[in-house]
Amino acid sequence: MSHPANATAFLKDQSRAKWHDETLWIVRQKRDQTIHAIPEWEKLRDLASQIKEHTLSKLDFYLEELEKNASANGIKVHWAENAEEHNEIVGRILEEKNCKAIVKSKSILTEECHLNPYLESKGIEVVDTDLGERIIQFLKQPPSHIVMPAIHLKKRDISDIFHEKLHTEKGNEDPVYLTHAARLHLRSKFLEAKVAITGVNFAVAETGEFVVCTNEGNADMGVHLADTHIACMGIEKLIPRRKDLGVFLRLLARSATGQSITNYNSHFRSPAPGKELHLILVNNGRTKQLAREKFRNSLKCIRCGACMNTCPIYRRSGGFSYGSTVPGPIGSILSPGIDLKKYSTLPFASTLCGSCSDVCPVKINIHEQLYEWRQEITKAHGTSAKGLSMQLANGIFKSPLAYKLSGKMMRAALKNLPESIIYNPLNVWGKSRNLPETPAESFKDWYKKNRK
Amino acid sequence: MSSKSSIISQIKNLNMEEKPLPEIPDFEVAANLEEAFAQSLAGNKGQVVSKDELEALIAASDFKKIYSSSPLFDAYSNCELPAHPAEFADLDLAILEGQVASAENGAIWLDESNLGIRAIPFITSHLVILIRGEAIVGNMHEAYQKIGSAHSGFGAFIAGPSKTADIEQSLVVGAHGAMSLRVVIL
Repeated sequence: MSHPANATAFLKDQSRAKWHDETLWIVRQKRDQTIHAIPEWEKLRDLASQIKEHTLSKLDFYLEELEKNASANGIKVHWAENAEEHNEIVGRILEEKNCKAIVKSKSILTEECHLNPYLESKGIEVVDTDLGERIIQFLKQPPSHIVMPAIHLKKRDISDIFHEKLHTEKGNEDPVYLTHAARLHLRSKFLEAKVAITGVNFAVAETGEFVVCTNEGNADMGVHLADTHIACMGIEKLIPRRKDLGVFLRLLARSATGQSITNYNSHFRSPAPGKELHLILVNNGRTKQLAREKFRNSLKCIRCGACMNTCPIYRRSGGFSYGSTVPGPIGSILSPGIDLKKYSTLPFASTLCGSCSDVCPVKINIHEQLYEWRQEITKAHGTSAKGLSMQLANGIFKSPLAYKLSGKMMRAALKNLPESIIYNPLNVWGKSRNLPETPAESFKDWYKKNRK
Repeated sequence: MSSKSSIISQIKNLNMEEKPLPEIPDFEVAANLEEAFAQSLAGNKGQVVSKDELEALIAASDFKKIYSSSPLFDAYSNCELPAHPAEFADLDLAILEGQVASAENGAIWLDESNLGIRAIPFITSHLVILIRGEAIVGNMHEAYQKIGSAHSGFGAFIAGPSKTADIEQSLVVGAHGAMSLRVVIL
């Protein structure tokens, strides 16, 4: 799995890559507009960060508190050490219910656990009900973004697949027409399903409830029509008090898409009469990340996707280039913790510009952690081709004379040498990058001349 | 060892130093809450209408199946709560009472006591929520204060109709749930 190789493939279609970049930047701008309407935005980020850090520092206590209160509410709580166990728990419940078809709203955790293929191998039909997720499910693709799963697709792609799967008019690319076709198709699935699966945005220890946020209302359509609701959450999705939701609901949608709030924010506390409510708490490597002090606070993430929308690399390389369930900057600090070898290129898929940390609603120091992972990876894998040129640069910067001479040489060389030499395959840094205009003289020379 | 004890003991063994839990301060809110609420709701593709406007709208519509949980609109209600929510798949209009509304984002809190069955605000084609003017608060913090922790098996902040932008970021209203949300401030 190599990010540069995958990014190169994405960039082959220049016009699509440009469109992808611009689309995400618009989402980032929408975020900027809505947050500027809130004078206390930075205070809210501080609060959210502190609440999450506090929760993580007492995670064992809060998990037991959640279990105690949720059980008292009639929720059946399950614990899963890893993805396999999570899938088995879901599979067991479905077997008990003799259930052969389920509806599922968006859950990045179930993506992480590869729940869909597991259930399909048991002959169970899984219908993802978020429109974007349904589209990529038809195309047999993973989500390329955690909030906008089909952000990489054009209207034409969606029109084509809907024509094939839902028999919509060939060539009709009208989003309203296509959305309404999906509405009809999914309505029949909602009305038939006996079991509905959702993710969890927040679980509240104090009240033993959990909250699911959507704009489409698909999570609610699923669970209120089904007899059994299974909710799956990573153990880091926990907050202490109900009133903490006020902080997080103000931050989440504004950071994600620039809306003031998602249109549906559903609080599940007890099953409806005669129905069942299950909550699965999943570890799958989270306690390992918690043990890494430098990377601990990556677990504060509320999965808003703001870091992806702002990231110059994500925007120009696409979500698939990361090869991980969670892409973008946050994915690049979470994934190496899961498999350092497989994801060794991700921390380098960054300019370290810090924009991700600037927009993060829970103030994760993402760019610093990217830098930290680079150190870990270099320790584990030795230097890369890029590392050698960096060592050379290090030698030049160490000696004032070497720096002066090499500056002079480079200014002459860049003016006169053919591009093929400057951009040779050995120079990894030169890939997709142009050098700036070379100045006629160095600042030092200019200063000597102009000093009064 | 069960997965629960394994997870809990892994965390315990880290002996983490406890970080402080902050208190949430009061923040400034809009001067005119009703106005701010109407503006926020419009931003979410919902709409504030007057009682008269709503009545005119119902009279002019061809809604066949209407359910109202509010005595105010009893006259329009022409069906009972079904045994199974799927029987409301053809519900044209639901009129429900909301408890608390937040001006900063147009979100309205309803819980089981307002709903009868949980599926109603989602499965109905069109949704109307009634809210008393004095139940509009400034922001989400005030809203949660007002709701408190009283037990309801289900509750939701609903802030607009069902919508999606999953097709090339074009906003489409009416994805799976209600195709419109109108709010009457009483």
